[in-house]
Amino acid sequence: MKILVPVKRVIDYNVKVRVKPDGSGVDTANVKMSMNPFDEIAVEEAVRMKEKGVATEIIAVSCGTVASQETLRTALALGADRAILIETDADLQPLAVAKLLKAVVDKEQPQIVILGKQAIDDDANQTGQMLAGLLGWAQTTSASKIEIANGRATVKREVDGGMETVETSLPLVITTDLRLNEPRYATLPNIMKAKKKPMETTNPAALGVDVAPRLTTLKVVEPPKRQGGGKVADVKELVAKLRGEAKVI
Amino acid sequence: MPTLILADHDNASLKPATLNAITAAQQIGGDLHVLVAGANAGPAAQAAAQVQGVAKVLHAEAAYLAAPVAENVAATIVALVKAGGYSHVLAAATGFGKSVAPRVAALLDVAQVSEIISVVSADTFVRPIYAGAAFATVQSKDAVKVITVRATGFDAAPATGGTAAIETIAAAPDTGLTKVTGQELTKLDRPELTSARIVISGGRGLGSGENFKMLEVLAEKLNAAIGASRAAVDAGYVPNDYQVGQTGKIVAPDLYIAIGISGAIQHLAGMKDSKVIVAINKDPDAPIFQIADYGLVGDLFELVPQLTAELG
Repeated sequence: MKILVPVKRVIDYNVKVRVKPDGSGVDTANVKMSMNPFDEIAVEEAVRMKEKGVATEIIAVSCGTVASQETLRTALALGADRAILIETDADLQPLAVAKLLKAVVDKEQPQIVILGKQAIDDDANQTGQMLAGLLGWAQTTSASKIEIANGRATVKREVDGGMETVETSLPLVITTDLRLNEPRYATLPNIMKAKKKPMETTNPAALGVDVAPRLTTLKVVEPPKRQGGGKVADVKELVAKLRGEAKVI
Repeated sequence: MPTLILADHDNASLKPATLNAITAAQQIGGDLHVLVAGANAGPAAQAAAQVQGVAKVLHAEAAYLAAPVAENVAATIVALVKAGGYSHVLAAATGFGKSVAPRVAALLDVAQVSEIISVVSADTFVRPIYAGAAFATVQSKDAVKVITVRATGFDAAPATGGTAAIETIAAAPDTGLTKVTGQELTKLDRPELTSARIVISGGRGLGSGENFKMLEVLAEKLNAAIGASRAAVDAGYVPNDYQVGQTGKIVAPDLYIAIGISGAIQHLAGMKDSKVIVAINKDPDAPIFQIADYGLVGDLFELVPQLTAELG
């Protein structure tokens, strides 16, 4: 069974993001980039499925500039078998990405597509659900435990009030949540091996997909700054201030 | 053209976030139709009909909607939009709304605007990006706007005073793709985290699930909800639905008390709009103190019992 793992190159989660003073966006120049943490979890899960003998081939795919090759090499170093870069300089939004992924799914015919529940840059949380809709497939979002057996999936997912267990048929789109697994680190030998694994490059035109953005960003600003740093000496002062000054209790 | 709002509910009543989504819909304009899809969902439909500003409630009833799955709810919404001429489809950005809305958007071949925190006009909205480090104003030119609403960005619409008509509609057939076979829902004898006026949140500093009992005693005194940082959930101290943060619950209570929480950016994303923030931590350099209105440096194992006692 083939597993497709879409991965996204994003600003590293540790970076303190800076908003450009001209309101045009966030400063990405010379900033550390990494694989979206939820996508790392997806790659790890796919690799574990292969190690268990559930999957036979893991294909990593990324959409974006040629720099995304780095992210794909990381996926290969973590255990993916081959990679596909859908290269474009266009401003890609989730609907377009879902359409690009559908084109790859139609060609590669995986039984499972597993990806992060959201990217930590746009925080959209849409692509997996959109892809499942376009494909007419089952979807299980925010997965924290996955079992595949006899052509069916049993997935435990995080929901608002706790946990929910669902059963679905395959093929299936799964989006990952934090506690699904703890990703391994790429070892140096595997990083070296990854350089020789196949990486193919294609583009939206070749896949017949119109990636024109539907949403226009008019401006990007910093949120209002919150005054902080207030201190109290002890519990008595805290309670007095919460009652008398803040009036919240 | 009217706006369709997907109600988040448990068949017996509406989830609070639905009321905030209704306010967002009012700011967009147009008649408000609320979709209540469920099984034995009459009470929830009644509740929706009483919310001020709602023009009509559409009640879709089916046994397979008792534990609804996104595939089925999305199918019902898409059928309604294609038949009924809606310009906007809104859902509260709850786990449920977030799983359904994008599937609807893709099936309608339109974009989605996620987690709006304010409405500029019928086609322009503000939303947080980069864990709330920036606010983006985005405009959609699609014929149908699919939007999820961050509840903390809007007041709740008044739950009584409305007199909307309730119309029974057919639910889309069961897609048969996914079935819920089990649920482990946290039993709450406390206010719910996302709508509580006071939240007490514990972090890694608590050290164990057992130690969270100390927070429960405090929460009881204040009639507060209990939340947690990612670290506390990952460590197994409390269930996942307690997590406050960029990828967990977003809260904005009148009072947020962060105990043993260092204040990582990702946690702040979930609580920095709280009216008043209190931090208790033994590390004076913990980033949480930078946004706290009242910071108390010290050992939480001494301070929390003291605080509980001081409250009388």
